[in-house]
Amino acid sequence: MGIRPVTHFLEDNLIEKIISEARDLLCNLGITLHNKGVLEVLSGYGAAVDQDKYHVRFTNDIIDKALGSTPSSFKLFDVLGQETHDFSGNNSHFTPGSAAINILDNQTNEIRKPTTADFINYSKLMSGLTNIASTSTAFIPADVTEKISDSFRLYLSLLYCEKPVVTGAFTIEGFETIKDLQLAVRGTKEELAAKPLTILSCCPTSPLKFSDVTSQNVVDCARFGIPVEFISMPLSGFMAPVTLVGSIIQHTAETISGIIISQLTNPGTPILYGGSPAIFDMRYETTPMGAVETMMIDCAYNEIGKFLGFPTQAYISLSDAKRLDAQAGLESSMGATLAVLSGINNISGPGMLDFESCQSLQKLVVDNEICGMTMRIAQGIEPKEDFPSIPLFQELLKEKHLLISKHTRKYIREEHYFPGKVINRANLSRWKEEGSLSLTEQANQEIERLLNDYQPSRLPEDIKTELTRRMEVEARLNGMDKLPE
Amino acid sequence: MDILQQISDQIDLGDDEKVHELTTTAIEQKIPVKKILDEGLLQGMNIVGQKFKEHKLFLPEVLMAAKAMNAGMELIKPLLLSDSIPMKAKVVIGTVRGDLHDIGKNLVGVMLKGAGFEIIDLGNDVTPEKFVETAKTEGAEFIGMSALLTTTMPVMKEVVDQIRKENLEEKIQTLIGGAAVSRSYAEEIGATAYCYDGSNAVEYLNSIV
Repeated sequence: MGIRPVTHFLEDNLIEKIISEARDLLCNLGITLHNKGVLEVLSGYGAAVDQDKYHVRFTNDIIDKALGSTPSSFKLFDVLGQETHDFSGNNSHFTPGSAAINILDNQTNEIRKPTTADFINYSKLMSGLTNIASTSTAFIPADVTEKISDSFRLYLSLLYCEKPVVTGAFTIEGFETIKDLQLAVRGTKEELAAKPLTILSCCPTSPLKFSDVTSQNVVDCARFGIPVEFISMPLSGFMAPVTLVGSIIQHTAETISGIIISQLTNPGTPILYGGSPAIFDMRYETTPMGAVETMMIDCAYNEIGKFLGFPTQAYISLSDAKRLDAQAGLESSMGATLAVLSGINNISGPGMLDFESCQSLQKLVVDNEICGMTMRIAQGIEPKEDFPSIPLFQELLKEKHLLISKHTRKYIREEHYFPGKVINRANLSRWKEEGSLSLTEQANQEIERLLNDYQPSRLPEDIKTELTRRMEVEARLNGMDKLPE
Repeated sequence: MDILQQISDQIDLGDDEKVHELTTTAIEQKIPVKKILDEGLLQGMNIVGQKFKEHKLFLPEVLMAAKAMNAGMELIKPLLLSDSIPMKAKVVIGTVRGDLHDIGKNLVGVMLKGAGFEIIDLGNDVTPEKFVETAKTEGAEFIGMSALLTTTMPVMKEVVDQIRKENLEEKIQTLIGGAAVSRSYAEEIGATAYCYDGSNAVEYLNSIV
């Protein structure tokens, strides 16, 4: 094996200082936590709880206990029960950016509200994008009532795509349906815990606050052994210190808080040490995900997570552009490259534009290639029958080329990553003769091809029927007679 | 399975020994050689060409397939000649005078050979006279010229002019390629065609032969 290239931003003594500082924050300043049940549990473990002010100060014992029971790795399985993810070491997997409120229409090039039909197309497309290992509930169909829009996305994902799903609940009640849909696929609670199918994103509110919904979602996931990724979002200079280190301290404190809630509820619940921090752009009042400092914070907190011994996640390979343009490409590929080189385990972002608020099928197709290229980087450089080299060079000098050499044919497909057609490598004349296609035109052709090639999910029909039945019940309870198609 | 189908399949897999063996059997079974050529060997190469275009196969596999096809061609060539069945056309290729860049030209040669054309490769730094003389003496229907440098492009025009001067336009077509030239340059100097890479050259020649 060659070396797996890994990049570092923090030295160990700085990591230790940051963690120590975060512990001090949690034990002295504490956090706001709007969930009476969780506060009660924490009180039982000796935390200083003020129920009236929804405030808790932890102890180092509680922190140690929680960190001590957190798994150092876990696996994910697709709807058919086959293993797809091993969140351990520096294994990197990509997943589309999640929960956008808009979609970039690939026909009209307009940003608009997404529909169920868009989500079905997205799920079909995701089935064919081989470098993105899981799907996510990437955007919110606007043609269903908000009350079921979280579970409805998961329902469509499970129906049309076999990949595991990164998702989330918008309400406490939403979790119930989300859990029921997963039980319909796996059969039993035990089987679901043994073969996790989803990861739920649970988001602390910066600074240092957990809402009722987030707290309860963390508890409910823990009860069912459903993996959680904590998405702490400090905004440097606004809702967090302007310095990168200051923001990382805050991120550490918020994420450890989530781990405490999870692990005290059910020790051993799988988690991803994740986040979606950003700097705050003081000119535009925005939170650029494509800013290099945002990416540096991501890579750095990933190092903290790894130092603590946990698998990690980050919102990092995405862009703030409004179209599939050069900005979209450069921000996404810079993020994806740094993420893979940092060994972030679950890399969220492909497809996403406009500060995590717009998904794009065109961009997903291009980002799939970015993912493929960066995964190739992760494989590193490894000798393969290269020593001794004289025989191969003798062959080269004799034959004048190595195009059909056994060595070439044996290693060509593993040594070189061959991107799809959106990455144009034709010479100028060929490119012209093939229609002088722009990136978006080529991406649209690729979308069309993948949708045409789509094969329905192999999930058994009776499970699909059961998923639909459960979703219809939920829709009726929330005032919808039928589900949109 | 039909033996011609098997030949085609083995070309797709790039197995020259199997193609040699199957072609021998097909000849023994008295299958008309033209049929072995068209429905076995060339059919296999057509499938490979299509897969290459769709990026399902890469150059090494195409060249292995070509090698496999040639293993069959060697066997049926004498029979085609004795039956007076025309072979695929002869193509004289070379990099033009003053230009030593022959990687692209070599690739075109390998691919045309793979597609069943007979290739006479004059190497690099080839004079216009040599191109035309060789085509005449070998009875080649095509001259393929390559140039990487803009400074050597005009040599292509000399060849085209020479053919025109000798009234050979009906007999010898001129194809040009290489980084320096373009379709519009081909039109400008009166060359018959411009091909942007090896597979494009195969595609062009197959379309007219």
